[in-house]
Amino acid sequence: MIVGTQSPVSSAPHIDDYATVVGESEIGALRVIARQLQGRRVKMVNSTAVGGGVAEILNRLVPLLDELGVATRWEVIKGGEQFFAVTKGFHNALHGAAYEGHPDWFDLFLATNEENRQHMQFDEDYVVIHDPQPIALVEARDGSKSRWIWRCHIDLSHPAPQVWDFLRPFVERYDSSVFSSPAFTQGLKIPQYLVSPTIDPLAGKNRELEPEFIREVLERFGIDPKRPILTQISRFDRLKDPVGVIQAYKMVSKHIDCQLVLAGGGASDDPEGAAVLNEVKDAANGNADIHILDLPPWSHLEINALQRASTIVIQKSLREGFGLTVSEALWKKKAVVASAVGGIPSQVLHKLTGMLVHSVEGTAYQIRFLLSNPDFARKLGENGHEHVKENFLITHNLKRYMLLFLSFQKLN
Amino acid sequence: MREAKEPFQFVTASYLIRICQDRAATLGELAANLHSCSDASIFHHTFQSLERQHYTSFSNDFAQWVLASCNEAALAERLAAVDVRDCTSLRSLRDSLTGSVDSYLQTNPSSASRPAFEPFYFCEALEFTVPRGEKAVTLLELEEGIRRISLHTVHHHFINSRLRLHLQTNDFSHWIQNGLNLPELAQRVDRIDIYTHTLDGLREQLIQTIHSWINQ
Repeated sequence: MIVGTQSPVSSAPHIDDYATVVGESEIGALRVIARQLQGRRVKMVNSTAVGGGVAEILNRLVPLLDELGVATRWEVIKGGEQFFAVTKGFHNALHGAAYEGHPDWFDLFLATNEENRQHMQFDEDYVVIHDPQPIALVEARDGSKSRWIWRCHIDLSHPAPQVWDFLRPFVERYDSSVFSSPAFTQGLKIPQYLVSPTIDPLAGKNRELEPEFIREVLERFGIDPKRPILTQISRFDRLKDPVGVIQAYKMVSKHIDCQLVLAGGGASDDPEGAAVLNEVKDAANGNADIHILDLPPWSHLEINALQRASTIVIQKSLREGFGLTVSEALWKKKAVVASAVGGIPSQVLHKLTGMLVHSVEGTAYQIRFLLSNPDFARKLGENGHEHVKENFLITHNLKRYMLLFLSFQKLN
Repeated sequence: MREAKEPFQFVTASYLIRICQDRAATLGELAANLHSCSDASIFHHTFQSLERQHYTSFSNDFAQWVLASCNEAALAERLAAVDVRDCTSLRSLRDSLTGSVDSYLQTNPSSASRPAFEPFYFCEALEFTVPRGEKAVTLLELEEGIRRISLHTVHHHFINSRLRLHLQTNDFSHWIQNGLNLPELAQRVDRIDIYTHTLDGLREQLIQTIHSWINQ
């Protein structure tokens, strides 16, 4: 069996639990919309069951759609090491990096999609294919009544032409496409819809925590709760520019006594991550106020506590997909200083829900400004919380997907 | 308590955003696209924007972009002053917007081709309304219904309705006046400022206004 099937997480929150966050009226609206889709079936397909933002979203979205009465099945395609090396190359090229693939890669990509297709059934009313890895499964639509949707989680604004020219004909065989930001689109012939990625306010990463737990986490990592804490949460990856964050911190700490926390993972199972971690340690040069935390992937509560304890949360990425760690910080009412890349400007409206920056110097300046103006920083955090509540919670994702399915009825 | 012959019918309103092909990288391109974009785009970036971003400086997307991405504060203020309550058609709303941009560019021609910090992406909203099966025949039932509906639905009945029905009023005031024959309350409800309240605040104001009338 090539295809893996995911089962819903039974201990996760139920749809009514979200009423405490978004209100009974919003949950009522979801139920009213879901009633229009009773009896309809949905299939979601992606390339990984664990790890990464897409799997994280599907892990919650699928059981919640099911609970609302929209029967949803999640399947994961299988492929060998070579296939995923190819799709990693495609991913980077679609994000704008130069494409250095071998001509055989396109054949391998198509062969793996075909092998998966032969083991899958597509008799649902709606088929949602996530990202490029399973994109050629659309070949299975011939003669079927299903509506096919391509959900692109990638910033396609500057794709390498070799890869995009290869993928585009597949994309245009879908009925609709979905993007995380208008800036990520490519002027397709098929309808393009906007559905932002979302966070789960009741997940371990985001739920309210007891102050004692937050204090205990700070104590465990040797962080002083009485002095300002600047934090960047991200895996140790050069595209997240952790060394740039240290440079900005050093500029700030000349003027203001504060600490820096760089917390993330990826160093233990990724050779590049380990190299980046070493670069970060070199840049920190033994400074006791720079806390470098290589955390295991299950540290959701610790990450949550570090974000909640922070005075300012930084996301100084050089490239970014959507950057949901920003929404996580905004949800916790934190003042955020973040790079104007990828989907971050949708979340950080400059001077309204946070500060957008373009350089190390800009990052340092805005951090100093916010540390010196705590009332303004507080206001940014409050606005940011509202902005996330209105746009980036999982209940919005549920609603948008259901409306997307209903759009076919409306257009008919 | 007075009862209306025709009940007020609550709906559930929701929106799906479609990304259009048009985008503007300069004020000149904005001006051109404002003339040619779909009515649904004009609607989305003016009426729909009232539903969100109440913490932004301006309540319509065009004004916000002109300020934040083009740094043209005077034009942004002019665009923000276009009040959707004064317009009973998208044509008149579009004319107000294009009039402001065109006249600004006539007096400031160098602003037309200066690249914006970020492009403006034209979008439009598909509206979905589903009857909730809830009705009100008295003011008390209307008040209770307003407490239960989602904020999108508050927006639908109180803001979008102006254009949908070509009314210079809203669904609630229209029903209070015509169904309950209470023109003074209808006017009080209609005077609630959609530009200075959040949708939550708007809902509170609606409830308070109706509640005080019932208890007077």
